Amino acid sequence: MELFFEQTLNGLQAGFTLLMISSGLTLIFGMMGVLNLAHGSLFMIGAFVGADVLARTGSFEIALLAGVIGATIAGILMETVMIRWLYHRDHLDQVLATFGLVLMANQGVQMLWGSQPRTISRPGWLEGALPVLPGLQYPIYRIAIMVGGLLTMVILWLLIERTRVGMWIKAGQTHRELLGALGVNVTILFTGVFAIGAALAGFAGVVAAPYLTVESGMGDNFLILSFVVIVIGGIGSLKGAVAGSLVIGLVGAWGQTYLPRLLTNFTDPSAAAAIGSSVASASIYLVMAAVLIFRPEGLFGGARG
Amino acid sequence: MHRILAGKARIWIALLASLTLVLAACGGDGEGPAEDTTTAPTDESETTSDVGREPVTVGMITTLSGNAAYLGEDTQKGFELALEMAGAAEDINLLVDDDAQDPEQGQTVADRMIEREGAQIMTGIVFSNVAASVVPTIVERDMLYISSNAGPSVFAGEQCDENYFVASWQNDNPAEAVGQWVKDQGYETVVGAAPNYQAGLDSVNGFRRTFGELQNEFYTELGATDFAQTIAQIREESPDAVYFFYPGGMGIAFVQQYVEAGLAEEIPVFGPTFSFDETLVDAIGEPAVGLQNGSFWAPDLDNPTNVAFVEAYRETYGMTPTNYAAQGYDTARLILSALEAVDWNVEDTAALREAVRAADFESVRGDFSFAPNQHPIQDWYILEVVEGEEEGDFTNRILEKVLDDHVDAFVDECPLSDE
Repeated sequence: MELFFEQTLNGLQAGFTLLMISSGLTLIFGMMGVLNLAHGSLFMIGAFVGADVLARTGSFEIALLAGVIGATIAGILMETVMIRWLYHRDHLDQVLATFGLVLMANQGVQMLWGSQPRTISRPGWLEGALPVLPGLQYPIYRIAIMVGGLLTMVILWLLIERTRVGMWIKAGQTHRELLGALGVNVTILFTGVFAIGAALAGFAGVVAAPYLTVESGMGDNFLILSFVVIVIGGIGSLKGAVAGSLVIGLVGAWGQTYLPRLLTNFTDPSAAAAIGSSVASASIYLVMAAVLIFRPEGLFGGARG
Repeated sequence: MHRILAGKARIWIALLASLTLVLAACGGDGEGPAEDTTTAPTDESETTSDVGREPVTVGMITTLSGNAAYLGEDTQKGFELALEMAGAAEDINLLVDDDAQDPEQGQTVADRMIEREGAQIMTGIVFSNVAASVVPTIVERDMLYISSNAGPSVFAGEQCDENYFVASWQNDNPAEAVGQWVKDQGYETVVGAAPNYQAGLDSVNGFRRTFGELQNEFYTELGATDFAQTIAQIREESPDAVYFFYPGGMGIAFVQQYVEAGLAEEIPVFGPTFSFDETLVDAIGEPAVGLQNGSFWAPDLDNPTNVAFVEAYRETYGMTPTNYAAQGYDTARLILSALEAVDWNVEDTAALREAVRAADFESVRGDFSFAPNQHPIQDWYILEVVEGEEEGDFTNRILEKVLDDHVDAFVDECPLSDE
């Protein structure tokens, strides 16, 4: 029971980290129709800038701010220099071009910061663990990630649902030309949405870094998971991103724990551990396949949220 | 009109920017190491070479990019330092190139070095999956491959080859040393944790060989660095000790999170030295102090060869050598000793093979010789991570010798052993 509770917390925490990346990706994809493979690179750039600034200043808070700003600048550059020219091209062109960006970003950070893995350590006031159940200490920092992820999502939701800019963003997803005709500068609006997505990715990059190694290519795995989230949740839907991220986080955490145990009934423990781990890694893709079969538009696709 | 021009200008800027980046990326990748390798400074007076001797070309395929780049860089540094210290930098034409941890890329580099650049002896591969693919194509050309790192079990047993030597260790050895130590310390229940791929499974198997059965095993996706789920399960099992194999960045993350979860004081962790090399313990920092790991070598191993090596390495590169640097250094010295023995005549492969097998060189490990399957017979130690002389610097120190003249478990399956 304790184990189940701890794994549920772990799953939620993993889900919230993923949510910060996938929410930006789904906004951009939903609004501009661009498959941006380089979104994971923005996550990586945020982490690298954060690690660099942390090493110089020793302050996690400044590093977090710098990571967000760094990723935002990189995102704006990416949009104005390259992505902007791809809005009217087909998805294959977009994939090829943004894949090129991924390769450049991976090499670029190596040229700038070298190939040694770097780390970001937690701020002192978030170190240690809290007793969440008798006999179960849970790291404060992981709780902070969940709180941070939740707050960011509330802010993002308020921005989209309660402000004029949010109205434009929603309108831009479905009635782009009309929006332009009404006098809204769609070009700037798109750059702005891209910048919001990049900022979220950069934020996630620094916040998640204490549990990761800051290294070239660190965003690639998160990018793949983010696409799975979007497929499960429905393209362009913020609600979908929330649901998809939490589903993936929880399925991953529970699968890693209980699938190997289930398999010990059929084979020897050593093989069960290895096979169970592989099956658990694959289980999120099984969930995605199931969603595609029974609800191809995603859990919250169609009706935008 | 104005707009259109601005638009075009921007396209050109974009193109230029991407071109610059791509070119720079290519430059960073291939050329650097391949070119500047023979230029190690040599003093004419120090050189032992006879006038007019043809240099021998050694091909080093190693990993110089990605998150494991420092493994290859250190191997190369150690190798070059050995040549320089022996005054042989001009006698060896060293080709170095990156395999990017990719078997196919390794294959391409090997073919190019052998067919076009005239490599006569090959070495350097870091990762077992690359070695498994590349080594057979080298040794079947009747050419020597001398491993400076990877020692996969397949090539130690039935598929051993007379042209294949391992100057480092067989992959299972470090785990066997740790297993012996953990057993000697009186721990009864142990769980294992490793990435879910061949070397991870091999490592846990090696531990099991000397320790006995494990209480449970946990495998994680290769490259994943969030260990919350594994740690939750370790807490649930509450064993006496944990054995883990997480090389590179994974090792940093595991130890940090293990400490954070409050388990470090309750359940001690043990692992092979690959999770504790000098680069990694510096990155882990304070939490690493006191952790024990198994290795064939340590910077403080007390023999004249090692003292000279560590001192020269610190002086040349400004850092404490890792085990990879020590392996590169020893590999170069082994090759030099063999070349001396055959009077630098590499045409006669059989004679060169005999000379390598003799292993007539001073190793940084002290005693070193080859078992019949041409893998090392050597001592294994338990090291402990301690604070270095400078603030924020961490290093490994020898605690105790656990295995004496240890031979790998596959030697009897090797046909060479029957001769």
